[in-house]
Amino acid sequence: MVASVVVEDLVVRYGDLLAVDHVSFTAEAGQVTTVLGPNGAGKTSTIEVCEGYRCGASGSVRVLGLDPSRQQAELSKRMGVMLQEGGVSPSARVGDVARLYCDLYDKGAVAGELLEMVGLTDRARSNYRRLSGGEKQRLSLVLALAAKPDVAFLDEPTSGVDITGRQMIRTIVHELAANGCAVVLATHELDEAEKVADRVVIFDHGKVVADGALDDLRRGHDEIRFSSSSDLDTAALSAAIGLGVRTIGGGEFAADGDASHVAPLTAWLAANGHPIADLRAGRQRLEDVFLRLTGQTENGRPT
Amino acid sequence: MSALQAQARHEVTSTLRNSEQLLLTLVIPVMLLVFFSIVDVLPTGTKNSVDFLAPGILGLAVMSTAMVSLGIGTGFERTYKVLKRLGATPLGRGRLIAAKIVSVIVVELIQFAVLIPVAYALGWRPSAPNWLAALGAMVVGTMAFAGIGLSLAGRLRGEINLAAQNGLYLVLLLLGGMVIPFAKLPGPISAVAKALPSGALADVLREALTHAGTRPGTSWIILAAWATVAPLAATRLFRWE
Repeated sequence: MVASVVVEDLVVRYGDLLAVDHVSFTAEAGQVTTVLGPNGAGKTSTIEVCEGYRCGASGSVRVLGLDPSRQQAELSKRMGVMLQEGGVSPSARVGDVARLYCDLYDKGAVAGELLEMVGLTDRARSNYRRLSGGEKQRLSLVLALAAKPDVAFLDEPTSGVDITGRQMIRTIVHELAANGCAVVLATHELDEAEKVADRVVIFDHGKVVADGALDDLRRGHDEIRFSSSSDLDTAALSAAIGLGVRTIGGGEFAADGDASHVAPLTAWLAANGHPIADLRAGRQRLEDVFLRLTGQTENGRPT
Repeated sequence: MSALQAQARHEVTSTLRNSEQLLLTLVIPVMLLVFFSIVDVLPTGTKNSVDFLAPGILGLAVMSTAMVSLGIGTGFERTYKVLKRLGATPLGRGRLIAAKIVSVIVVELIQFAVLIPVAYALGWRPSAPNWLAALGAMVVGTMAFAGIGLSLAGRLRGEINLAAQNGLYLVLLLLGGMVIPFAKLPGPISAVAKALPSGALADVLREALTHAGTRPGTSWIILAAWATVAPLAATRLFRWE
């Protein structure tokens, strides 16, 4: 079956600036595909081509089998969109906007049910400008759901949202995908991607640097991390346990090994009078994968 | 409910709920009409000021809704990405514009339903008014002013657009033959003022309602020219994002 979103070799330029540099990826129905990357990595530009807002300089994009720039009218009937910001007049009433969007689609959702789902029922008579950042994002999500979409593009849906709101948005996004929608979610927050994604496409400087299921991206990079004295002799330790131990900084150390190396490690540290704390062994966190792929240290400096 | 109906209803309710828009479209025209009809300080050249003012204020009502209210509203919708967001729905630009036209006409009809009885209460008695011609003038005037308002809204940023629309409103109100006769303006200003759509609309309304137009033929031509050129300019100048 053809994927719901197929991006092939897409290039987007703004004058001399190459914002999207030969990007290819797909997003499947029933999955949350997270487009992850720092601000300015080309995520929004790519998504805006998929939504039909702009054209690429070259490459091809198909969403639900349609060309977004030429068949946007057809696509818009089945597409949900959450812009990075804005989209609603400050003076508009929450209930009015929700009802309008539901009425814009032939078989749209019911506004009252959507507001209930995101917990905005008691804000229906409020003006948009009176909403908190999190409430604005939840209303924006309602507008994206109004179409009962087969494909949804959500650009930074949890930015400025508090913990409870994030949990609510994640649950709704999961349900949306579970009902067969292809969800493409752009974020620069690693935690968010880790919690919500079935599949991650990592962007950096306009290019895709990794693409795969979340588990696959983390697999094959077993790692041990621990904290100890900052004057630890890593060369002696590495020789003793037969594994390269490197300093991360701030008294934190890492080694590319699995749980079988933990016992010799702790034994050596104890024998040499070094403390040990925050020991963790296993798959890398997405953050580590991300930092490795984008060539940055945890301090944000290039390696 | 169709997408067009839904959008038109949303446009009308948004306008009628917005207190600044109500001030502009209803309160100011009613206040000007009442005040200058009772306090006879304007050089209207008629025995009762209301005879000169009533058609001019009806023209002002059209200008305030079709140009300023539509222009300011649409300008802020650009700024806040409302138009961009609607662009990803099945509504489409054609039906969005149609919904805005419906909204402008509904608000204008409400203005007329308020202003005409007020004018009558102030003693206005138009002789053998041609309401059909007045309606035609309102339609052509709406096209002209909507074109001007959207030309500004389509290019200028939110706050600058707001200032420009309000400034233009004041200039056209004072120079446009709506409340002050052209004959009372200094020569060179009068010449410019006569080419403006505001004066042309007031003049054709005055002719249609009280047969007191000063040069109705010329005014119709000027108004029609604005109604052709301004919407064309708007389609050229308008930027959706």
